[in-house]
Amino acid sequence: MGKRTPLYEEHLALGGRMVDFGGWDMPVQYPAGILAEHEAVRQRAGIFDVSHMGEIDLHGERALEFADELVTNDCRKLEQNQVLYSPMCYEHGGVVDDLLVYRLEPGHVLLVVNAANTEKDVNWVMERRQKLFPDVQAEDISAQTAEVALQGPKAQEILQSLTSFDLNKIAFFWVQPDIEVAGRRALWVSRTGYTGEDGFEIYVRPEDAAHVWREILRAGEPYGILPCGLGARDSLRFEACLPLYGQELDQDHTPLQSGLKYWVRLEKEHFTGIEPLRHEQESGGPKRRLVGFKLEERGIARHGYPILSPEGDEIGVVTSGMLSPTLGEAIGLGFVPAEYAQAGTRIAVSVRGRAIPAEVIKRPFYRRSGK
Amino acid sequence: MKTPSELRYTEDHEWLRPEGKSSRIGITDFAQDQLGDVVFVELPDVGRQVKKGEAFGVVESVKSVSDVFAPITGKVLAVNQDLVDKPELVNQDPYGQGWIVELEIADDAEVQALLDAQAYAAHQEGGH
Repeated sequence: MGKRTPLYEEHLALGGRMVDFGGWDMPVQYPAGILAEHEAVRQRAGIFDVSHMGEIDLHGERALEFADELVTNDCRKLEQNQVLYSPMCYEHGGVVDDLLVYRLEPGHVLLVVNAANTEKDVNWVMERRQKLFPDVQAEDISAQTAEVALQGPKAQEILQSLTSFDLNKIAFFWVQPDIEVAGRRALWVSRTGYTGEDGFEIYVRPEDAAHVWREILRAGEPYGILPCGLGARDSLRFEACLPLYGQELDQDHTPLQSGLKYWVRLEKEHFTGIEPLRHEQESGGPKRRLVGFKLEERGIARHGYPILSPEGDEIGVVTSGMLSPTLGEAIGLGFVPAEYAQAGTRIAVSVRGRAIPAEVIKRPFYRRSGK
Repeated sequence: MKTPSELRYTEDHEWLRPEGKSSRIGITDFAQDQLGDVVFVELPDVGRQVKKGEAFGVVESVKSVSDVFAPITGKVLAVNQDLVDKPELVNQDPYGQGWIVELEIADDAEVQALLDAQAYAAHQEGGH
């Protein structure tokens, strides 16, 4: 039996199909199915249990400075209640994880990390703390924190019906601590997500999670909200080209190779891993790069399938691929040598031994209108 | 999950509807439910000779890829072309419009050796 979130019983009651995910028992889908859940989030709203995500609290005068050393993006420009996305690297430049940095009140920073990586990340943060910032306190508060993600074009209207706080005051990648949602105190409400849609991530105490979850489903019913599982979470993030650790990101690839240059601030004075990343950038850029591609004949490229040159030589590997529910096309992401990274370049994907012609295309595959 | 009594089944969750010297083949209600939304079906070439146990087709859902195994030895007589544009028929009508291939029956004994509905239902309950 895996670990259970405070919403485990809710998932069972809703008919969720439970699977193991990084040691957690999580719903991969509900009876509506992945395609219906995906569509609900793109057109209306969906709610996800993301309580399995890890939360690490940093406290101390130099908490923000410590966070800035840990991650490749620039934390020092963050204002209070602002949120930042960033990779976090090892000293050799490979990626430990990608995460959100919340700058809360002075001397308090929250890191939100991937569920499957929480233990590894906590160990890494503790190790770096001891070595570089022993004056900062770091605490794994994952067990005291539940989280639901309300995503989709109707997310704000639905959440607004459950809070007196004016949600227009929470801009994209900002957070509001300590507001009331459905009669309970939410720890933090941020306008963030992993779907490519507008939406919110709502952090609550574990004992409040089921109430808040139910109230959001109730308030969202007239809008056609659906509870959504890991399957739709993956297909939604994939279309928006948001990387998934273990597929587009890992310790064997730098964030530059994974196409996250914008979130790697090499002009910073320092961060862990800056030296190899500077070297990689200054010596002509990454030799291998993550690209998006589209198959031109019937078939679906899946994680782990070989990517071929037009001549049939193996040149790379698919990291994620599926038949995009929104676009109706078989698209994918994968690593290839830099000379194949330009949009329009011809490649192929080996699908069960058959070379299917493909073309490198621009990322993201999906971008919501008005963004 | 529906398990029509007139069909034969395999432990890989496929069904057969033997009629004379041929049989339509598809995946069971249980299988389609486990897979979730089917988005792509790869069909074998008509005329292909297949051996029992050979993977000769593929059913892909949003998240997963599953082989279709030949439940008996024989020649592919027909494939369900409707699945090219409507793979969701596998979910909607697994024992009817969602059929996948039609195989020639080379050896009747192979068909007789397959599970009947009762045995298949027990197999499902026994934890697939």
